[in-house]
Amino acid sequence: MNRIISPKISQKIMKGVFWGSGILTILLLIMIIGYVLINGLPVINFEFLFTDPIDSGRAGGIFPMIVSTIYVTFVALVVAIPLGIGGAVYLAEYAGEGPIVKAIRFGSETLASIPSIVFGLFGYAFFVIYLGLGFCVLSGGLTLALMALPTIIRTSEVSIEAVPRSYTEGSLALGANKWQTIYEVVLPAAIPGIITGIILGMARAIEETAAILYTVGAALTVPVSIFDPARPLPLHLYTLATEGISMPNAYGTAAVLVILIMVITIVTNALVDRYIKKMMGR
Amino acid sequence: MPYRIEVQDLNVYFGESHILKDINININNNMVTALIGPSGCGKSTFIRTLNRMNDSISTFKKDGSVLLDEDDIYESKVDVVELRKKVGMVFQKPNPFPKSIFDNVAYGLRIHGENDKDVLANKVEESLRAAALWDEVKDKLEMSALGLSGGQQQRLCIARTIAVEPEVILMDEPCSALDPISTTKIEDLIHKLKNDYTIIIVTHNMQQATRVSKYTAFFLNGEIVESGLTDKLFIEPEDKRTEDYITGRFG
Repeated sequence: MNRIISPKISQKIMKGVFWGSGILTILLLIMIIGYVLINGLPVINFEFLFTDPIDSGRAGGIFPMIVSTIYVTFVALVVAIPLGIGGAVYLAEYAGEGPIVKAIRFGSETLASIPSIVFGLFGYAFFVIYLGLGFCVLSGGLTLALMALPTIIRTSEVSIEAVPRSYTEGSLALGANKWQTIYEVVLPAAIPGIITGIILGMARAIEETAAILYTVGAALTVPVSIFDPARPLPLHLYTLATEGISMPNAYGTAAVLVILIMVITIVTNALVDRYIKKMMGR
Repeated sequence: MPYRIEVQDLNVYFGESHILKDINININNNMVTALIGPSGCGKSTFIRTLNRMNDSISTFKKDGSVLLDEDDIYESKVDVVELRKKVGMVFQKPNPFPKSIFDNVAYGLRIHGENDKDVLANKVEESLRAAALWDEVKDKLEMSALGLSGGQQQRLCIARTIAVEPEVILMDEPCSALDPISTTKIEDLIHKLKNDYTIIIVTHNMQQATRVSKYTAFFLNGEIVESGLTDKLFIEPEDKRTEDYITGRFG
């Protein structure tokens, strides 16, 4: 049979294509992060990080925004983690396969693809108005929890299902009941995957603007109570840029946000790696 | 002396398929009984019926009775947790938990409510010694069990089973994933354990059955074709099918 391209050459071409797309992806990532850092880093100093904004953010710092981001994300995670893991355990271990489970799964997958602005509107209508929580950390956190939930459920469910059946059987054969088996054997083995899900969910929450636009308010001071209004970094960035308040400070805010996310990702990855190594005895 | 386990007219179904047919067998106390037969003949299903591990399969159905110390283990008043404490199980593939060596052995004790540190430490050492693993792991009890070799992992699983003080130990082809040296170690261990435990071992290896067991039952297509003293069954089998199988004509 006559081939137009010899296997050796096609192998080389494809290797080049894959190599190229890999490099291109990394380049794009470096470009975006680099651009933000180059423009943002000159603005960042002690004062920028640890003082309140002056004149809507034309001058001064972003300390309340950093606190707001951490605060709102924390509230979101406190709600989303137990609910998410609980839901995942139910789906993976108790629910079996039936129309109700299919509906739940379909619902949670649909939820994951709903635009964040719709979450924002719902959060406004439900938490801010209907429950009367007002514009505050709690309303924003709950809205973000709803957004992070599908990611946490899906990822956790997959990693719980990936725990070898032999672990479960070994535990049951020793006389453990189902809950003991889940708590003592299945969840610890699934934790690396569950944490990945939490990080993905948290990343979605921490960088979210639209969903909190109508829910957290726009305070320029440090929120203390969960019923205080706040202004997380993405929202501040959005306001600074769209209202033409201060582009340099917008870049500074963006750089802080990017660094925050990178630090969280790197630290958790390192912790998960250590946990896996210990678990696997390497 | 009464039999430790008496199985009477046991039939097992998974949905429509009839897996075990009219099984009748008595298992003697503190002896090793080997179950042999070709793949898919129901040996594993049978052994998993003895500690009710099949319960989790939704299509599982059975009739007939399984008596442990003269009580039917399938009666509704029976606590499966208590049953599995009495009837331990070692699986085909070593399946230590992704925990430390110590925590693996202590696991069964802890879930049954033992939290005293000294008691746990003593029991773990005792069990690891009984499983002939202590000398190899005594300096690394805090290491993950998954770092051990396959043979060590299987002995750890035996130690883990022994720790909850069962009366019966079920072994489902415990050496099939192991190398010959590890297999020898497990077989030596079985010899040592048979004085204190009633052991039922599923094996594909007929030499292994003759080496470790006092009694043997030959399974074929979900039935017990023949059972009796291992020495007799392997030297002068009564059934032609048994003879064909042990001489290697099929299976």
